[in-house]
Amino acid sequence: MTLTADAAWRALDGVPDPEVPVISVVELGIIRDVAVDGTGAVAVTITPTYSGCPAMFEIEKDVRSALLAAGATAVTVTTVLSPAWTTDWISESAREKLRAYGIAPPGKADGGALVTLTRARPPVPCPWCGSTATELRSEFGSTACKAIHVCTSCRQPFDEFKAI
Amino acid sequence: MAESEELGIAAGEAQAGVRAVAGTSRGPVLGPPMVEYLLRLGDDRLILGHRLSEWCGHGPILEEDIALSNMALDLIGQAASLLRLAGEAEGTGRDEDALAYWRDGVQFRNALLMELPNGDFGFTIVRQFLVSAHSVFLWEALLAAPHAGLAGVAAKAIKEAKYHLRHTSEWVVRLGDGTPESHGRVQRALDDCWRYTGELFAQDEIDTAVAALSFTVDMAAIRSRWDQVVDDVLQRATLTRPADAAMRRGGRVGRHTEHLGHLLSVMQIVARSHPGATW
Repeated sequence: MTLTADAAWRALDGVPDPEVPVISVVELGIIRDVAVDGTGAVAVTITPTYSGCPAMFEIEKDVRSALLAAGATAVTVTTVLSPAWTTDWISESAREKLRAYGIAPPGKADGGALVTLTRARPPVPCPWCGSTATELRSEFGSTACKAIHVCTSCRQPFDEFKAI
Repeated sequence: MAESEELGIAAGEAQAGVRAVAGTSRGPVLGPPMVEYLLRLGDDRLILGHRLSEWCGHGPILEEDIALSNMALDLIGQAASLLRLAGEAEGTGRDEDALAYWRDGVQFRNALLMELPNGDFGFTIVRQFLVSAHSVFLWEALLAAPHAGLAGVAAKAIKEAKYHLRHTSEWVVRLGDGTPESHGRVQRALDDCWRYTGELFAQDEIDTAVAALSFTVDMAAIRSRWDQVVDDVLQRATLTRPADAAMRRGGRVGRHTEHLGHLLSVMQIVARSHPGATW
């Protein structure tokens, strides 16, 4: 039986993001298109979160093997930059999974405003205790997509998925 | 920096650019305008990204080590996309790796500011701030470029440049309005960087030719918005904006400082020692 597009999407939903393994590459919003032809060959279009995301090669490899395991006869993976990935594409269910994992989910992307010193960003709630008494520790965290905060209520440090 | 204030050598270089574009035998050999334009954008980010990567493992604090490396990743990622486009525009089969690792110094088109050694943390931050402010407004202008590949890179890169600008702005203020030692260091860094900022806004025959082919970028408008952001941050940082004096340039036509060769010798050594190696 030839692989269907639905089955291909389901297979991809089983591919975890290598850096944040509690969510899948589909939930992260980086799978932009999946096309299956009559012979079961799959063409996947993916987009990077950041220009220099070092996980892209891993993701491409994982996408390929997941689809082949699901019955694809061939897999081509194309990377596109446009439209630019935004954290607004992260699904609601994935945001909850991030929080449970200890990563504050991203707020709404700024929509193009120039970010300078005069920012009035709402506090990032602590994913552990829910307190909004949190402080930004560093704009850059363990990966390009995260910032480091610390909660002054429960005294836990935590990652925030940066809104872009 | 009025053009008349530039060094005689810079005027000579600008003329050399004309000669090259006109296809005569004198002066640096420049390629087709769109290829040159994309190389300038890509090389700025490749060379500055490499400089930032030199901080990996040497940052003054762990958070900054990570921040500088993350910014390096963004810039090198942007460079890969831009050099890929340059290779496609060139049409001779060179990809981003061939362009990054197999060109020599005179073939690089980055502004001189990008290749200057890192200096201390203050110098690295001041340079990154000045360049990030420039990048944000340049990418904003290029969002509308009728060149799908370039507009795509712009939409991606502007998000990253905004973060770099915010992060470095905060550090410029923290260091400038910090101790006498930190204030003195970043003021010196600013003074040292300033003469290289003119090249970021300079336009020449390549820009004219690209405008005739496809699109034009209003550099005066970008300059004026850059001035606003820079002045605002410098004022908060209690730093003095240096006077515009003779501006150094030459990188856009391949005339570099002695620092680029040393940088390339490190950046290119693995690719050149083991051609075709994969891992």
